[in-house]
Order: sequence, then structure tokens, then C-alpha cells
Amino acid sequence: MTLVVGAVLAPFLAALVGLALGKRSPRSPVPVAVSGAAVALVATAVLAVRASTDTALSDGLHVGRVPTGTFPIGIDLHVDGLAALVSCAVGVVAFAVQVYSTAYLKGDPRYSSYAAFVSLFTSAMLLVVFADDLMVLLVGWEVMGVCSYFLIGHHWEQEDARAGAVKAFVVTRIGDVGFLFGIFTVAHAAGTFSISTVDARASGLSTTTATVATLLLLCGVVGKSAQFPLHTWLPDAMAGPTPISALIHAATMVAAGIYLVARLYPVFLAAPATLAVMAVIASVTMLGAALAGLAQDDIKRVLAYSTVSQLAYMLAGLAVGSAAAAGFHLLTHAAFKALLFLAAGSVIHAVGTNLMPDMGGLRRPMPLTFATMTIGLGALVGVPPLSGFFSKEAVLGAAEDAARHHGPVASWAGWLVLVTGIVTVAVTAAYVTRMWLLTFFGAPRSPVAAHEPSRAMTWPLVGLAVPAAALGLVGLDAGWLGEHLGVPGEAHVGLLTSVLSVLFAAAGAGVVVLAWRREPGVDPTLVLARWRGVLVDAFYVDSFYDRVAVRPTRALARAVGLVDTGVVDAAAVGSGTSATRLAGVLRRAQAGNVQAYLTGLLAGVVLLTVGLVTLT
Amino acid sequence: MPLLLPVLLAALLFSIGIYGVLARRNAILVLMAVELMLNAVNLNLVAFDVWLRDRLLAGQVFTLFVITIAAAEIGLGLAIILLVFRNRATAALDELRDLREQDLAPAGRLGESGTDGGTEPAVTS
Amino acid sequence: MTVEVLFGLLGVVATGSALLVVTTRQMVHAALWLVVTLGAVAGCYLLLSAEFVAWVQVLIYIGAVVVLLLFGLMLTRAPIGASVDLDASMAQRLAAAVVAGATAGVLVVSLVDAFRGEHIALETDRPRGHSSAVGAALFRDWVLPFEVLSVLLLAALVGAIVLSRRDVSEPAERGVT
Repeated sequence: MTLVVGAVLAPFLAALVGLALGKRSPRSPVPVAVSGAAVALVATAVLAVRASTDTALSDGLHVGRVPTGTFPIGIDLHVDGLAALVSCAVGVVAFAVQVYSTAYLKGDPRYSSYAAFVSLFTSAMLLVVFADDLMVLLVGWEVMGVCSYFLIGHHWEQEDARAGAVKAFVVTRIGDVGFLFGIFTVAHAAGTFSISTVDARASGLSTTTATVATLLLLCGVVGKSAQFPLHTWLPDAMAGPTPISALIHAATMVAAGIYLVARLYPVFLAAPATLAVMAVIASVTMLGAALAGLAQDDIKRVLAYSTVSQLAYMLAGLAVGSAAAAGFHLLTHAAFKALLFLAAGSVIHAVGTNLMPDMGGLRRPMPLTFATMTIGLGALVGVPPLSGFFSKEAVLGAAEDAARHHGPVASWAGWLVLVTGIVTVAVTAAYVTRMWLLTFFGAPRSPVAAHEPSRAMTWPLVGLAVPAAALGLVGLDAGWLGEHLGVPGEAHVGLLTSVLSVLFAAAGAGVVVLAWRREPGVDPTLVLARWRGVLVDAFYVDSFYDRVAVRPTRALARAVGLVDTGVVDAAAVGSGTSATRLAGVLRRAQAGNVQAYLTGLLAGVVLLTVGLVTLT
Repeated sequence: MPLLLPVLLAALLFSIGIYGVLARRNAILVLMAVELMLNAVNLNLVAFDVWLRDRLLAGQVFTLFVITIAAAEIGLGLAIILLVFRNRATAALDELRDLREQDLAPAGRLGESGTDGGTEPAVTS
Repeated sequence: MTVEVLFGLLGVVATGSALLVVTTRQMVHAALWLVVTLGAVAGCYLLLSAEFVAWVQVLIYIGAVVVLLLFGLMLTRAPIGASVDLDASMAQRLAAAVVAGATAGVLVVSLVDAFRGEHIALETDRPRGHSSAVGAALFRDWVLPFEVLSVLLLAALVGAIVLSRRDVSEPAERGVT
């Protein structure tokens, strides 16, 4: 357990030291941050190794207890197979990002705060992974949200960075409201905040309670993991620096929602209605995001929509009853999506623009980036034998099982996930191929002469390419993951689904290649003409939210402002004005006319006399 | 004779004197009204003296004193009115407004001292 | 009996002329009506057997005070004949009438309530206000206030002279227009 505590504390201390010393010694942030991440990496790697060899790793640590009015909050940490493997993924990606950032953000004046926030974020994510108490998990959850806000808004001179940070924070917070009430419901039903106890008592919950609690928790998951309808923040969060997109919005924070469901899976299994809702949300998101990613011009936005789509795959895996499949896809996705973002960062750094129509022909000047990015893209599509193939097939296999009544959810949900998943494979292949061709092939469209970036940026790419390629091999043993993750479900690869998905992937890629052959160097999706606009704006969900939520809120805020100046301020100022006016009225009694004064005086005397005479 | 006769007469004269003090504009007319009030007081003093059969004749002696003081007061009062008349060319009471709160508004009044209230037109409250 | 009737008549005269003093539109007439009032009050003193006071009233009040007032009217260029701006504004007059009325009401009511049925026993054989009696009282019991009063008169005299003297250094245009 010391490894666990060390893994959580080391980056936290690195963050504190970095924030304290950052301004004073400008050369210190790099070693402080990298060493914090390195310690976390080593600790979590050891844990992962132990989880892979021990069949049932399970250990807990009780640090303290916070009494509340009802259920006490226990500051508990717990490690098992799932936690160990996910924390290792976090450690690897965090370390890679820290090393990468030293070169990507070289010369940035706010590097020390950036590195400190990345360390703080790593610590918070590890806290979420290792937490054994719902409130402790919530603390880590919210700290991650705050760090995400600060990091997206790192270049706060740019308006889209500020707007993206606020949007990410607000949209995830909307989900967090439901999340908080879900925690309360679960704790109230199970009588404790402790996750292990909740899981143990999950079978004793009534279906209604479990459904209500899990639906509320699902709000937070949908927000944090950017699923429909709270997915709009993720593409706009791409305004942050690319290493942040790799760490937070590809590999770790967005996976926290999936991780939470896996953690509380016994509760979710007791609520089949929620699982059906999850299946519907996942299917809609999967296909919608993939279609939207097809038409984006910004390379990071394509990857963002791709992340949303792949997270939907994980959610679908959870919906059809296999947390193991979802966890597997989480791990492989962390590897290949982080790789893709960092490689995209290399390309952006070399060419100086995010827009793919301004790139082209980069495979000659940047061979290493080309090679690693191709591996990542292949894993994303699910090309065997890369890791993404195995994990995606695990999800589709579980869906097939559910469709055939072998799972905890209704069979129509299983069919929905299965069909949508396979169709999405085709769309995924299409947008991947488009990105690949537009960036690396054809005549160079950028005026800048591109070259490979420094070693600090290329070594993390190579480092991440290895698990992106090879991690899938653990999926060859169907039950291994289930055992070692310690979560329900299998991760097997079905034959029919594999063949179908390979065929669909080939079809999707082939269509794009054909369009490219017809007009090389031109965006293949331009053939979509009118429909392209719908896809670029992601089915107008953002504008809908703007009209329904943002504009009325702004109008209400303006109205409140008017009430403040017109009513409250007016009352405050008005008291002064009315006092002055009253004084003006009273002033007329001081006109200087002696007879008037005397009249008043005598009248008063008469009144006093009358009073005296009558009352005594 | 009933005591009420002189006493009520004094009360009536006093009230009429009050009306005169408060309602008349010319300062000398106000002085006349003050004389009325003093006379009322004197009548009261005498009536009570006779009714009480005071051994010291205090009421009548006081009446003499009041008459004397009234004469002194009239002399001084007229002197003051003459002085006011010389300075302000008016004996109207409501044109003597120096007790008035001075306007703080600067427009048109810069440089004027606070004692210049007499040249305003009479604006009564 | 006759005393009361006479007193009542004199009272009516006094009240009537007092009203005229405070309401008439001619300033000189106001002074003359004041003479009538003061004379009526002197008559009242006589009826109350305060002879000395009555004659002193005639001498000092009517003889000196009213003459002083007439001089004052002359020196302040009082308008001869009817003049409309002798009274204050309607609002002020109304307020004055109200106050005066209230005063009258309060006084009358409380005095009637207090002294109803009291009678003054007038001694006709040895009048209380005979000069010898008043003189004796004045120079025996009240001599000290008497002396103080004479000092007061001196002070008033000096003060009146000081106030009404024209300064030697006064510029000519400070005079009456």
C-alpha cells in the first residue's frame, strides 16, 4: 500500500513544490514535475506487474475518518487488479506527457504553473483510481475538473481557450449535479460511503433504488466522459495545449466516468433499465461522433470526436454486461489515443497550423511521426493484430452475447450496440483514412518546411507506440483479463464479429481511398456537399444548446443585472436622493421669516398647554 | 364684580395682540401689538391684586414696573427699527431674512456675502 | 351693578379698538386706535379702584409711548392713507389667526374653569389704588426694584441714543434713499 500512497502523493508534492518555486527558479519546474511523474510511474508499474502475476490482488488502507451527521466519510484507499492496471496507464501517459511538454512548451512563460497543474491532475486521477470511498472519489473527480479548466485555459490570452475552459467546466458540472445526488442515493441505500461495502451490498438494493441511483450517477459519467447529450465540451477543449489533450481528454479524465461505472458495477448490474439507457446513449454517441469527426478540418477536433466515439464503445461494453471488455478498451485507448494526440502535436509543432487542408505530404520529412501515428491510427480503426482490434472485438463480442440473451441487459440493447458498433467501425475507418491521407500524403500544401521534432517529443511517441501495438495480445486469453481485473464479464473475441468489423473497416477505408484517387490532395468528404455542413457542426447540437440554454441564461443574467442597478442600487441611491428631497421640503420652514418662526413657537406652546391642562 | 370680567378681557386682548404680532408686516405695527399684550398682562395683575387684597399691593406695583419697562422697550425697539430702516430702506419684517439658510448653489451667487438677504424679493413660506 | 355694566362697556370698546389696531389698513389709524384701547384699559383700572395706575397709564402709555410710535411712523416714512401691504401673506395670517384663536380658547376655557363664581369685593370708601397707598408701598416695600428700574431706564436711554446716532465716518450714500 505504500506504493499506492507514494503514487498519489508524489505528483501532489511535485505540484506544491512546483507552484511554490516556479517563479523564483525558472529552471526548476522541469525536474520537479518530471520526477514526480516518474515516481508515480514506477509505483504504478510495480503495482501493475503485481496485478498481472497475482490473480486476486486486493489491498486496502484506512487513513482516517471524517464524522458527518449521518454516514462517516472514511479516507480509504483500495487497490485491486482494475485499479492497478488503470493507474499504470495513467502513470505511463502522465510521464510521457511531462517529458513531451518539456519540448512542446519550451519557452512558455507560464511553464511552471502548467507543469504543477499537470502534476496535481495526475495526483487527483490516481486518487480517483485508488479511492475506496465515494466522497474521496468525488474530491479527486472535482480536482480533476478544476485542473482541466486551468490547463485548457493555459493560453488565456486567446478567446477560444478561455471559452473552451469555461464550457468544459460548466458542462461537466451540469453532469456533476446528478452525480452528487447519485452518490447520496447510493450511500443512503447502502448505508455507507465506502465503495467496497456498497459493492458487497449491491445485490440487496431494490431495483427502483438502484435504477434511480445509477441514473443519477450516469449524469456525472455522461458529463465527464463526454457522451451525448453532454459531449459538446470535448471538441472545444481542444483549444488547450496538445499534451493536455493527450493526457486529460484522451487517456485519463474522460476515462474516469467509465472507471466509476466499472467500480460500482454491481450496483449498475442491479438496474437493467439503466443499462438499457446506457446502451442507447452509447449507440447514439458512437455513430454521431464518428460522423461528426468525418467532416472536421482541425486535426485535433477529429481526434476529439474520435475520443467521444471510442468512449461510447467503452460505455457500450459496460451496458452489455462486460466491465472487463470496457476496461480493456480503456487501457488500449489510453495508449493509442495519447499516442495520436502527441503525434498530432508533433505535426502541429512542425507545420504551425492545426488545419489539415494546410498540411500534406508529411511522411517524407517526418518519418518517425508518420510511423507511430500510423500505428496509432491502425489501433483506432481496429486493424489486427494491433491492440484496438482486440479491445473493440471484446466489446462487440459482449454485445453479441447480450443480443443472444446471455447478458444482464435486454437483448434489443445488445442488438443495438452490436449493429451500431459495426457500422461505426466503417465510419471510424473512413475518418482515420481521411486524416491519414490529408496529413501525410499528397503534395505538401504548407509553406513551412517540416522536420522531425526534438528527441523529448519523439521518444514518448515511440514509448506509447509499443503498448498501442502490443497490448492487445493480452486479449488472446479470454478469461485472463476478467480474472486480473477483478470485474465481471469476459473479454473474448468472437469470430463473426471480427470478420464483419474487418470487412466494414475495409469498406470505409476503401471508399475514402477511392475518393482520394479521383482527386488527390483534396478533402474526400467534399463529395458530401450539402450534408457536410451538418457533420461539421455535429448535427447542430451546440447551436441548439446555445439557443435553449445559453441565450436565456444570459438574458436572465442581464435582467438580474438590471434589477441590481435599477432596484437595489436605485433603492440605495434613492434613499440618499429622497433624503435630499425631504430636506428640500423641510428647508422651507427655514425661510428666514421671523413671524413664521414665532407662529410655530406659539402654536407649540398652546399645544403643550392644552396637553398639560387636559392630562393633569 | 365677578373676577372673570377683567380676566377674560385680559385674555381676549392678549390673543388679539398675538394675532397682531404674527400677522402684521410692518415692524411698528408689531410693536403696537406687543403693547396690547403688555396691557393685557397689566390688567390681569391689577385685577388679581384687587381680588386678593394684597397687603403689599404687589399687583399694582408690578403694573407700574411693567409700564416703565414697556416704555423703555418701545424706545429701544424704535431705535432698532430706525437703524434697520436706514440700512435696508424697509421696515417690513418679511424682508429681513438673514436667519434664512443660505443657498449652497453657486450659480449667480458667487462672491456675495452671507448677509445679503435683504435685496431678494419677499418670498414667504 | 353699575360697575359691572360700565366695565363691560369699556371691555367692548377695548376689544373693538384692539381688533381695529391689528386689522386696519392705515398705519396712523392703527396708532390712534391704540390710543382708544389704552384709554379704555385706563378706564378699567379706574373701575377696579387702581387710580394711580390708571393715571400713570394715561400719562406714560398714551402720552409717551404712542407719541413715540407716531414719531417712529414718521421717521420710517410710513404710508399715509390706506396701504395694502401692511399684512403678511394669507397663509401667514391664517396661521396667526389659528394660533390666536387657539390661545384665546385655551385661556378662556381654563380661566372660566378656574375662577367661575369668584367675586372682587371693591372697597369704595378706601380705594386700594390711592396714590398714598401705592406710593407708600413703592418706597417702602419695593424700593430696591424701583432703583434697579431707574438704572434700567438709564441704560435704555443710553442705548437708544447710541443706536440711533449717525456715525461721523458713515459715508453719505449709506443713508436713506
